[in-house]
Amino acid sequence: MLKDITLGQYFPGKSPVHLLDPRTKLIMLVVYIVALFLAVSWISYAVMFAFLVIAIAVSRIPLKSIVKGMKPLVFILVFTGILNIFFTTGEKELVSFWGIHIYWEGIVRAFFMMIRILMLITGTFLLTYTTSPIALTDGLESLLGPLKVLRLPVHELAMMMCIALRFIPTLIEETDKIMSAQKARGADFESGNLLERVKALVPILVPLFISAFRRADELATAMECRCYHGGDGRTKMKLLRYKGRDYGTYGLGILLLAGVIVLRSFGL
Amino acid sequence: MAPILQVKNLQHIYSVGTPFEHVALNDVSFSVERGEFIGIIGHTGSGKSTLMQHLNGLLKPTSGTIELDGKSIWADKKTTRQARFRVGLVFQYPEYQLFEETVYKDIAFGPKNMKLPADEIDRRVREAAGFVGLSEEQLEVSPFDLSGGQKRRVAIAGVIAMEPEILILDEPTAGLDPEGREEILKNINDYRKAKNATIMMVSHSMSDVARMADRLLVMSGARLMMDGTPDEVFTHARELLDMGLDIPEITHVFMKLRQMGLPVEPVYTVEQAVSQLVRLKGGNVHA
Ligand SMILES: Nc1ncnc2c1ncn2[C@@H]1O[C@H](COP(=O)(O)OP(=O)(O)OP(=O)(O)O)[C@@H](O)[C@H]1O
Ligand SMILES: [Mg+2]
Repeated sequence: MLKDITLGQYFPGKSPVHLLDPRTKLIMLVVYIVALFLAVSWISYAVMFAFLVIAIAVSRIPLKSIVKGMKPLVFILVFTGILNIFFTTGEKELVSFWGIHIYWEGIVRAFFMMIRILMLITGTFLLTYTTSPIALTDGLESLLGPLKVLRLPVHELAMMMCIALRFIPTLIEETDKIMSAQKARGADFESGNLLERVKALVPILVPLFISAFRRADELATAMECRCYHGGDGRTKMKLLRYKGRDYGTYGLGILLLAGVIVLRSFGL
Repeated sequence: MAPILQVKNLQHIYSVGTPFEHVALNDVSFSVERGEFIGIIGHTGSGKSTLMQHLNGLLKPTSGTIELDGKSIWADKKTTRQARFRVGLVFQYPEYQLFEETVYKDIAFGPKNMKLPADEIDRRVREAAGFVGLSEEQLEVSPFDLSGGQKRRVAIAGVIAMEPEILILDEPTAGLDPEGREEILKNINDYRKAKNATIMMVSHSMSDVARMADRLLVMSGARLMMDGTPDEVFTHARELLDMGLDIPEITHVFMKLRQMGLPVEPVYTVEQAVSQLVRLKGGNVHA
């Protein structure tokens, strides 16, 4: 069922990772990605991997959910791997056929690329799995706050993102319901050629758009009724405040980044 | 006669293997005879809609079987598809599923999917529109220009046009005014009589199901708690109230009268109440 797509879904919990300030988690993700791109050797990858595994263990997110979230990305992964295997040249040629040469370097590179993508995505999952959409946008708004000086509508952007995130599950649920209702009238989404399949989407898309617009309308009215008029002078019920564990996490992040840079400077 | 529909030990768990795992149906068994009118009642979240979606093969049971005319609807692909047409399901708030340019085309969607010949489709669309009281002119307008109650009728006609042997309706009267509700209930009864169809109706209105149904299924906490005639079910007024369900208003009134010492029997429809009061007054019908 559509509902079972876990990409970017929040898993409520009370683990130390869940309790971190969203800003800490956002910055840590950036630090982690930078470190991932600076890592060049088996050793630094191993360090990064260990860091990730510990973070997952602490967050108590079941491994199964992470693996399930990966499924839609298998294609990209395989594609990257194949490209790298076929188009990297090097010294140690392993096999060649039909004018294609496969080198040992290509395989190593493909492996690293795939591992890098996997670790990058897992890191991102860890953020979205442990942070509610509301907390996430709060964190983003606060981190991007300084850009207000440049007249960037930070609050509006954050609000838009918050609403979009909030409505993704609702729309998925709605799609599910409409699909079931049309299936009950004999609609068939699973067979036929491409054109027929595209046509079969009309009975879903029309009601879905209508209800999305209706919802948008209702939401706008509801927000106006509560006197919402943008971010100016709006106060927050839950203020973001750093705690001891956040400073500790930042410390770990600096250590990780420094470690990877030092390893890199030694050519590792 | 063999039952048309037989449900055995049905269990359904949503989102198996995630933190959101939820048992929505637990060991539900019952059978349905041809031509019965069955009312399904139960508090919010008791699993009524989930149960209904199993009966035409939209949801696959986690365990248990559903047999239509003695054959499991999951036996093979063709049987499952056949079940969709033989068991017509009208969803909660079905008006949100309309999508065609005209009412006619929308009602024709189901019969078209059944791959019927054009003249048969035309006959069914017109007949279905007749059952729900839509006029000829209304067939040619856009469904989005109709009122909420009319949209609901178009959606119901869309399922009736498939001429299902079993018609299931999930709260067909939710959110309608009393007049609109009466009409829809009458439409359903007309269809039942004309086609000798079996009806299953989920409803939160105790007086509606008490009046219409031959038999009631009472759901609570993912289980089937009671299965019997309205007579039998409403004598358990206490249990129903404990399950967070209501009983017909007239039953409330008569329970009070009884407490006040009047020699009345429990009732659940207005007709029964009238005959009781008449009896009390000594057989004089001009009250
Ligand atoms: N698609 C779904 N995924 C996960 N859980 C679901 C899903 N649909 C329903 N549920 C859960 O299953 C339970 C039964 O839901 P169901 O819709 O069958 O109840 P209902 O008796 O029809 O309620 P209502 O009277 O409000 O319509 C509820 O607790 C609901 O939260
Ligand atoms: Mg329901």
